[in-house]
Amino acid sequence: MFYREAGQFRTSYAQDSQIFPLRQDRIGIAIILIAAVLLPFVANAYWLSAILIPWLVLSLVALGQNILMGYAGQLSLGSAGFMAVGAFACYNLILRVEGIPFVVAVALSGVCAALVGIVFGLPSLRIRGLYLAVATLASQFFIVWALDKFPWFKNYDPAGVITAQPIIMFGHNFASPREKYWVVLAIVAVLALLAKNMARGSVGRGWMAVRDMDVAAEAMGLSLLRTKLQAFAISSFYCGVGGALFAFAYLQTVEPSAFTIELSFRILFMVIIGGLGTIMGSFLGAGFILLMPIFLNVFFHGVFGQSVDAGVISAVEQVIFGVMIITFLIYEPLGLARVWQLTKERLRLWPFKH
Amino acid sequence: MSSKNILRRGLSGVAAAGAIMAAAIVSTPTMAQQPEQYFPVASMRVGPYNAMGTGIFGGVIDYLNYVNIKHGGVNGVKLVYEECETEYNAARSVECYQRLLNRGDQKMLLWDPYGTPLAYAVIGRVAADNVVLAQAGYGRTDAADGRVWPWVFGATANYWSQIAMKLNFIQQKEGGIDKMKGKTIVHLHIDTAYGREPLPAMRQIAKDWGVNLIEIPIAPPGLEQQSQWLQIRQAKADWVTFWGAGAGMSGTAITSAARVGFPRNKIIFVTFGGAEEDMIAGGAQAKDTHVVAMVLPGKQFPLIADIEKVLYSGGAGKGNMQNPARVGTIYYNRGVIAAVNYVEALRNAQRIHNKVGKPVTGAEFRDGYEALDYTSEARRKELGIDGMIPPYKLTCRNHEGAGTFHMMQWDGNKFQIVSKDWLGANDPKFIRQLIEDSAEKYAKENNITLRDCPN
Repeated sequence: MFYREAGQFRTSYAQDSQIFPLRQDRIGIAIILIAAVLLPFVANAYWLSAILIPWLVLSLVALGQNILMGYAGQLSLGSAGFMAVGAFACYNLILRVEGIPFVVAVALSGVCAALVGIVFGLPSLRIRGLYLAVATLASQFFIVWALDKFPWFKNYDPAGVITAQPIIMFGHNFASPREKYWVVLAIVAVLALLAKNMARGSVGRGWMAVRDMDVAAEAMGLSLLRTKLQAFAISSFYCGVGGALFAFAYLQTVEPSAFTIELSFRILFMVIIGGLGTIMGSFLGAGFILLMPIFLNVFFHGVFGQSVDAGVISAVEQVIFGVMIITFLIYEPLGLARVWQLTKERLRLWPFKH
Repeated sequence: MSSKNILRRGLSGVAAAGAIMAAAIVSTPTMAQQPEQYFPVASMRVGPYNAMGTGIFGGVIDYLNYVNIKHGGVNGVKLVYEECETEYNAARSVECYQRLLNRGDQKMLLWDPYGTPLAYAVIGRVAADNVVLAQAGYGRTDAADGRVWPWVFGATANYWSQIAMKLNFIQQKEGGIDKMKGKTIVHLHIDTAYGREPLPAMRQIAKDWGVNLIEIPIAPPGLEQQSQWLQIRQAKADWVTFWGAGAGMSGTAITSAARVGFPRNKIIFVTFGGAEEDMIAGGAQAKDTHVVAMVLPGKQFPLIADIEKVLYSGGAGKGNMQNPARVGTIYYNRGVIAAVNYVEALRNAQRIHNKVGKPVTGAEFRDGYEALDYTSEARRKELGIDGMIPPYKLTCRNHEGAGTFHMMQWDGNKFQIVSKDWLGANDPKFIRQLIEDSAEKYAKENNITLRDCPN
């Protein structure tokens, strides 16, 4: 009833090519953005620092993984490795460059991760699919190993767990969860907008052409070398920025063991559950994989309290989480983004059946 | 039935269940006649370290319940707890820390995640949140300097003291420090912050004694150690200080050592990966392995026997351990002692701040923790823990405590204590100096002014 496009005419090319052609969508996104900015005034420190910040950061990383896997079709397993590059690059930049603003350091860490990503993307020119996944797995192990092996990266800290420096920009220390949230929100919003525009522009069409059939794409005049490496670079950039934010805004420590293969797999699941080749799906998938175990933990402890053995509860949570993933993939293999799309289609007819 | 229908039905079912649960929670009567003090329990009951997690946190919870049942709480203040599963994952533990930080109108007093990486993950937050970081024998070593880290406590020891104690034990076995020259010691460790923690002290001592130190890391979870043990055999190592965690890793170490023929009595396990569960995982080949103990195992201590009587005997069913036979094991006793520290600190805080019978705040609790004192034999006997821990007290400057351990040997069924008395570093002053130097360096780099400490 409310979600209808009747009466909205596009009379110029600019109107036709905007991100949200529907007025309702524009209003909706504006409300979400305003709500996101104002949220810290109502949310407490737990919600900000333990839920929202990691969710936004991991959404950004999932977005990076989605660019590579969902749009460009290059199956990769090294996203946590690139996050580690970003985190350590950020630490070393702030440590070694006097007075560098945090945003600049984060952007440069993304660039470092992109360079590493290009190197590890080279095998994609010769191998595809699962074989490429195995090849990128090497990057995961190599990066974490290298960070442990060469103490220079950790500034010769004996324990190898470094306390992240404070987030300082424009002479201000962004110390409280609220300020950290705003920093993360701003960076994620800008990068998500960029990703959306890349995905629907010529860059994204190039990726999708390579994904759907690379031989045909090459015959049409696309350079495979350029397109694939571009996807690797941009994806790694997103992962690197995400890694820096994960370490500085969330964990507040920098250590290689935070970026294990397990995290890479979780990011992969976020993208698959969220929906391959969608921007929205990265956010939804990250929310599901990150928040569902927390929700289950809170829920079961709240319901059963201390009457049931906590070991059993913890095991049951993991079983339920696994069953939910399997069930969901059976009934909606296209991911949460597809559910959202179907909901929108139904909303157009609502409250009528046809 | 179409998939949409299933989804919709499923959703309505979930919603209905949720509504019932919510109603159940709301309708629970709120009884608040007795004052309460809330403790967080950051447990790890699943994952590779579950043997440790269930034992230690079972011990913690049992002692809190025991104090409630036996003594009606601490001066009438009931002890309550809230649990959160960290899975020994730093990111999950930060979420748990934030989640448990506030419960109703009470803030948590302390954080005790039982994992060095997990302690590191919050060490920068505790001072601002007024939370005591109780890293009993684990965590960041130089935090034993109370001038730099007022909120962090290591009672009863830390990893530098532990490695120094191991080396002290080795030199006693070898017949003196002058006999150590040219000996080869391998530090075989899990490649995490925890495994690397003892290295600074170990390197110093090895250099001073002329010991050939070889560091060999194992990637977590450490279930594959074949190449490392071959390397140890090639290096003709005299001793191995094994710094692992989890029964899987410990068992693998023992079976791999047996395969290359390395004598088990030349391996010294670390406190955190050295419990009955770890030895049993190694099977018959685990016989003669040395293990360091921070808290002695066994039910011969009156406190453990009484906890078993009150919570478990006759099917009382009030205990937290799923397997009551584990009461009195290494991990369980360590958990009980951790909780004894909480409760003693709470008692001290109530006394110091004139709040007997009332809940205390984080800052008051911190003062109470700093006042922990087990030097009186009468007090240890009263608590029923005499002989279980070394006598020690904490001071403003010294947040480590005893720094001493016992050496045990596995006889195939249980641990036998082989050290005569609590054993510490050969030169404890040297270790203390290392700690204070490291802490002062940290303070200088981070512009922390040292707290003024009389002692």
